[in-house]
Amino acid sequence: KRFYQSVSISQGEGGFEINLDHRKLKTPQAKLFTVPSEALAIAVATEWDSQKDTIKFYTMHLTTLCNTALDNPTQRNKKQLIRAAVKFLETDTVCYRVEEPPALAELQKNEWDPVVAWAEKRYNVTIGSSTSILGPNIPASTKDTFVSHLASYNMWALQGIEFVITQLKSLILSMSLIDRHITVEKAVLLSRLEEEYQIRRWGNVEWAHDYDLCELRARTAAGTLFVHLCSESSTVKHKLLQD
Amino acid sequence: MAALGAPLRTLRALLRELRHAAGRSYRDSPAYRHVLSAFREHRVTSEKLCRAQQELHFQAATYLCLLRSVREHEALHREYHGRGERSPQEVAGLVGFRLPQQPGGKG
Repeated sequence: KRFYQSVSISQGEGGFEINLDHRKLKTPQAKLFTVPSEALAIAVATEWDSQKDTIKFYTMHLTTLCNTALDNPTQRNKKQLIRAAVKFLETDTVCYRVEEPPALAELQKNEWDPVVAWAEKRYNVTIGSSTSILGPNIPASTKDTFVSHLASYNMWALQGIEFVITQLKSLILSMSLIDRHITVEKAVLLSRLEEEYQIRRWGNVEWAHDYDLCELRARTAAGTLFVHLCSESSTVKHKLLQD
Repeated sequence: MAALGAPLRTLRALLRELRHAAGRSYRDSPAYRHVLSAFREHRVTSEKLCRAQQELHFQAATYLCLLRSVREHEALHREYHGRGERSPQEVAGLVGFRLPQQPGGKG
């Protein structure tokens, strides 16, 4: 099903475009596929070039994210995206604690408390955690802080942020990742803490556990890279060499 | 800042992943060239805690994670989830039969 020989990048009016042979790539809604960042375009081109005989769209996470940003199929504006993202705080994984088994509760405390503490310090907010079925009680001021912080990101980056939050099921882990406080592998581990605990107890099932793990890692990594590439402004400052 | 280890190690692993992804002409691929030039650009600095350098390293590590996870995920998919149905010939062969060759189909 791979119908093209070569993949290349070109610069158009709206940004960078992907060429499959001499055809310009389009989104599912038939819009011209343009991205604001050259590095992102290169990464997308690499996804297309990595396809062998058949095109496996489920492996092309960056392409999918770009398509979502360009088409906006859920028709959400910036405010709605931010609201969806911050709403996740109410059911944030790292705030939602168990009481038993005690080993798991302890593990959650040891692994998740530091991240919550980091977020509270970094954003100067109160978050806390809860073992109640209703989840933590997040003060309105905390939500407001995150709303205004997220407003500083552009629409593309926000699509990426919302995607990462949905994958990790946690706003706090996502911000920790986007602020480069933890790596993708660590974020995924913390997101799957209970699974990892159960795996350690009952054993690993490769075709299920590793499969899910790799998929979550791939998606989260793609989302994070997408956010950074869409919101960076790389300026190389040349330091003057001293004679 | 996340615990990332040595940038050189990340770079080498990343280039290796790109080689897997691209095939024969990996050295000419835009991704390969971009990664190398980005690392070279940020090498010349006397500051140990250069922020741009750390940002680049984080980005490289994230991209490495992406390429690696996609490859592993695809391998798992192929091994466990991809085989699909067996053809009638294969099924017959499982129990030692061979399907008859009939030119016009069944009578």
